Amino acid sequence: MDKNIASYLCKGCGLGEALDFESLAEVIDEAGLGETKEHEALCSPEGLELIKADIAGGVNTVCIGACSSRVKTDEFNFGREVLVERISLREQVLYCTEVPPAEGDDVEEGQLDAEALENRQMLAEDYFRMAGAKVAASELPEPFQLEEEMATDIMVVGGGIAGMTAAKEAAAAGSRVILVEKEAQLGGFLGKMAKLSPQKPPYAELEDTGVAELVAELEADDQVTIYTGVTVDKTEGAPGNFDVTLSGGQSFRAGAIIQATGWIPYDPENLKEDLAWGTSDKIITNVMMEEKAKSGDLAGLDAVAFIQCAGSRDENHLPYCSAFCCLASIKQAIYVKEQNPEAAVFVVYKDVRTTGQTEDVYRAAQRAGVVFIRRDEDYPSITEEGGKLVVETTDMLINDTVRLEELDLVVLATGMVPNNPRVVDPPLIPFEVPEEEGKKMIAEAKAQCEDWSVLNLQYRQGPNLPTIKYKMPDSHFVCFPYETRRTGIYSAGCVRRPMRVGQVVEDATGAALKAIQAIYATSKGRAVHPRSGDETFPEFQMTRCTQCKRCTEECPFGAINEDADANPLPNPTRCRRCGVCMGACPERIISFKNYSVGQIGDMIKGMDIPDEDEEKPRVAVLVCENDALPAIDMAARQGAKWSPFVRFIPVRCLGSVNLVWIADALSAGVDGVILFGCRRGEDYQCHFVRGSELANVRMSKIAETLQRLALEEERVLVEEISINDLEKIPTVINDFVETIVDDIGMNPFKGF
Amino acid sequence: MTDQDQASRPIVVVGGGMSGLTAALEAAEAGQEVVLVEKNPYLGGRVAQLNQYFPKLCPPYCGLEINFRRIRANELITIYTLAEVTSVQGAAGDYQVTIKQSPRYVNDKCTACGKCSEAVEATIPNPFNYGMDQIKAAYLPHDLAFPQQYVIDPSIAAGQEGKKAAEACPYGAVDLDDQGQELTVQAAAVVWAAGWTPYDASKLETYDFDQHPNLVSNVQMERLAAFNGPTGGKILRPSDGQAPSKVAFIQCAGSRDENHLAFCSTVCCLASLKQCTYVREQLPEATATVYFIDIRAMDRYEDFYSKVKQDEGVKFVKSKIARIEAGENGNLILEGENTATGEKFKAEHDLVVLATGMQPNTDLAKVPGGEVVYDDYGFMQAASGVIGAGCVKSASNVATCVQEGTAAALKAIQAARR
Repeated sequence: MDKNIASYLCKGCGLGEALDFESLAEVIDEAGLGETKEHEALCSPEGLELIKADIAGGVNTVCIGACSSRVKTDEFNFGREVLVERISLREQVLYCTEVPPAEGDDVEEGQLDAEALENRQMLAEDYFRMAGAKVAASELPEPFQLEEEMATDIMVVGGGIAGMTAAKEAAAAGSRVILVEKEAQLGGFLGKMAKLSPQKPPYAELEDTGVAELVAELEADDQVTIYTGVTVDKTEGAPGNFDVTLSGGQSFRAGAIIQATGWIPYDPENLKEDLAWGTSDKIITNVMMEEKAKSGDLAGLDAVAFIQCAGSRDENHLPYCSAFCCLASIKQAIYVKEQNPEAAVFVVYKDVRTTGQTEDVYRAAQRAGVVFIRRDEDYPSITEEGGKLVVETTDMLINDTVRLEELDLVVLATGMVPNNPRVVDPPLIPFEVPEEEGKKMIAEAKAQCEDWSVLNLQYRQGPNLPTIKYKMPDSHFVCFPYETRRTGIYSAGCVRRPMRVGQVVEDATGAALKAIQAIYATSKGRAVHPRSGDETFPEFQMTRCTQCKRCTEECPFGAINEDADANPLPNPTRCRRCGVCMGACPERIISFKNYSVGQIGDMIKGMDIPDEDEEKPRVAVLVCENDALPAIDMAARQGAKWSPFVRFIPVRCLGSVNLVWIADALSAGVDGVILFGCRRGEDYQCHFVRGSELANVRMSKIAETLQRLALEEERVLVEEISINDLEKIPTVINDFVETIVDDIGMNPFKGF
Repeated sequence: MTDQDQASRPIVVVGGGMSGLTAALEAAEAGQEVVLVEKNPYLGGRVAQLNQYFPKLCPPYCGLEINFRRIRANELITIYTLAEVTSVQGAAGDYQVTIKQSPRYVNDKCTACGKCSEAVEATIPNPFNYGMDQIKAAYLPHDLAFPQQYVIDPSIAAGQEGKKAAEACPYGAVDLDDQGQELTVQAAAVVWAAGWTPYDASKLETYDFDQHPNLVSNVQMERLAAFNGPTGGKILRPSDGQAPSKVAFIQCAGSRDENHLAFCSTVCCLASLKQCTYVREQLPEATATVYFIDIRAMDRYEDFYSKVKQDEGVKFVKSKIARIEAGENGNLILEGENTATGEKFKAEHDLVVLATGMQPNTDLAKVPGGEVVYDDYGFMQAASGVIGAGCVKSASNVATCVQEGTAAALKAIQAARR
């Protein structure tokens, strides 16, 4: 775009008194940011009018020196055609710097410390110099559009309750759905169930599963195409144009995908030692019990025991709780009681987990005479005596052992295993690890991956949805549970975590919305979560690519494929716009319209570097804009003060930090660089999953750069700053600056 | 797929907590126009008041910030804070929703500079900290308040203090004549995500909640541990500001009890486990004891229970606490029966946390109109015309509320496209 730039300075919130606007205006002019106008309160209707009048007069790029870019966003939004750059004078200059009263003999009343004032002014001026570099390298986004016509159908894989619900609900919102089921008929586990535990008040009556009606409804729905008895052979492409081939030879295009492949019962063969599996045909699993009930085979049962957590909540089997088994056993206990009210029915448990209103079902079973026995961690013993079974278990209530005799049946409440292959991410190998060892670590991770697939994605990073724990395909299961690490592909139901039927229905309905939303965002050329609405995307200058594969390996979302010659093949509709590829690229060939390696490099180099003897160090702080930046804003608002020698540069994710920026900074005379990112490791907080971790690993290579420049390692610091770490910010910054001033000294490259 | 851009009527989402915020955002990001109604002066609901989430022990502000960022980037969401829905008329596809917005006495010109707060001397019990400290009557509700805009408490609006605030504001943002407003929205669907209220602990007669300063509820404990809470994140006894050394958590305080909340509140076990980690992290010399009936750490949250169990400083006692009495020095004596040993016991603790449950807000105030079916506890049923989401349907953790909010967004969109 041909930029017609104008700048605006806000005098509100104390800025007018704190800064010398005249000299700021000169810097702004030198930075190429056009003429400067001032206003008492730029965000007021009058202030905004000033800007809007200029826009009407042809200005298309506005640079606003006022408050943080995180506030007054509606006010300072002038439409799609106007590029806006915000300089956070209030939070990053005024609030966080301290200007004490002047000291000395000739001081007048109210006079302020001149040096502190100067430092603050220099800080503000530097931000405009940096903004000049940023604006020069920014363009308005041009949303990505697929070349061919976009596919808007949704493929749902799995015809159990999750998949059927997703299909039905998506269709009810107007989407066309292709439902793929590997069995000969729809229904999944729900189809094998006799009854459903109570879903409606007063939560006491068992209910019909409703599967037959749901199947009939789907079969009659013109919006839904059903393929049964087939699996997915191949899924190529990306959101908006997935090309799918099924094992039956069918092929079609889909815009988004829902994987609702459900669960597999924990294999009772693993319980031979712990629960006498295989020693008697009267020892059955809860799934077998359900089949028995469905086929009306429960007559003549006088005594039954249910053993809960049969392989669940056990680190030798499934460490997690399978969530449904308590209620399933209670329901099955009621089956037995309904057949024979006199039957002795025992549930041997560790904790009864009937959350929410299902507590009523637990009470109903107690009223019906089902006896609940709390055991300790040890499994009960199960033996056969005279054609009947005997269970011997601890009873925590009486602190003793009890024998349950003459049992016709023992039901093991086995748990759920997600029906999804385990994928273990190849570890990120720190620089100092020897190559051979690194290869070994990667091979070990690979060996843990299962070699089957549901979707058979033709992705460079593998055919499956990545899993982090227990084969559950998610990435942020607390805040954003639908987010897998493959854009436009959502998981629903028990494949993601154990759930009860009612929860599965809700979950699948939500997954249908996510699929619809992904298609909508793709059609507009926008990013989905977490940079929802972002219309930029990474563009590759392929002529300079050296086929190093870093971008294709490091993208947390598998967005980039590779051709036979190892050239990256980006898929913009798979991209989440984190910039990890940009950070990875040693050739600096990847850039966004408003975010690039050159741009940030220019911002860093745009800082004014005082001479060494002025003893005014300069520190560049690359700040994760998702967590550390709001923390900085909040700390500043609370009145925290820190060194005026630091300059913040927000980055999309710490994973987008390119090592060259550090070299740029240090060779330009910047005295140190800090990286503020979020928590990494098992309980990572990075919204792009591995960004913070990647940055940390890349930094392990920085020692080499520093050595080459004959600089101290202490000049670069990576620090985890969570959004609540307000107190940590001034401490980390001030300690770092102090170390430079007192211990390692100024950067000798100043003035070169 | 129909053209979402032309969906003629907005949907109304009631409640700006995790469920409602999610419903609004997920719908808007699928092209649906949304009106979001929140009764607090800020979005985020109860999660904004939490110190950390279980099991990752991460700050809720982190996820909220992403959601606020999504709102900033989306032009389809209109937000009314300090607002409640007073009437829902009509049926799915065509509702008339009346929204009553209370006066904030601060308009959009507010820059959050804080001058009004500096000028005002009057204070009020800080609602964000459940009244455990005082805040100026002209205030920003909390650090990450969205919108970032001050509030003038109605108690000072008419008097001298209000005038001080108005005079101090350089931007004409204090509007003491603010009468609030009432408006009616034609909506295709209504999502009711009004959330929950901590069960009133003073109803637990044998615990004498109001008599013991060192008996706090689990939501108060969150504030005691939060960096922006009344103690700046230090866990201190309300009676004397001393750090506790023997902390107790009483589970099912009112939950799973037919005299109070008969249902299980789902999150309290994990919340207490999490709060055990607050105590142990901050006060390594202190112990935590959890008195429980069953520990309900569902699905993968079991991992967290396993982790906490490994800490020798955390004890688990299977017992329902029958009575709480005052001991010396502000300490509390818990009386109960250990169901594992059968022994009656008295245990002394110097800080006791009641794991009070979730009462659905639809039990306290029903949806004003629309076809809504409730169970005996006031939870909304799926059969309702107005779409329920989150803790008005069942006591739920954050992840479940996000799922519910997303599902509700789809149901609402279906109604809008019909």
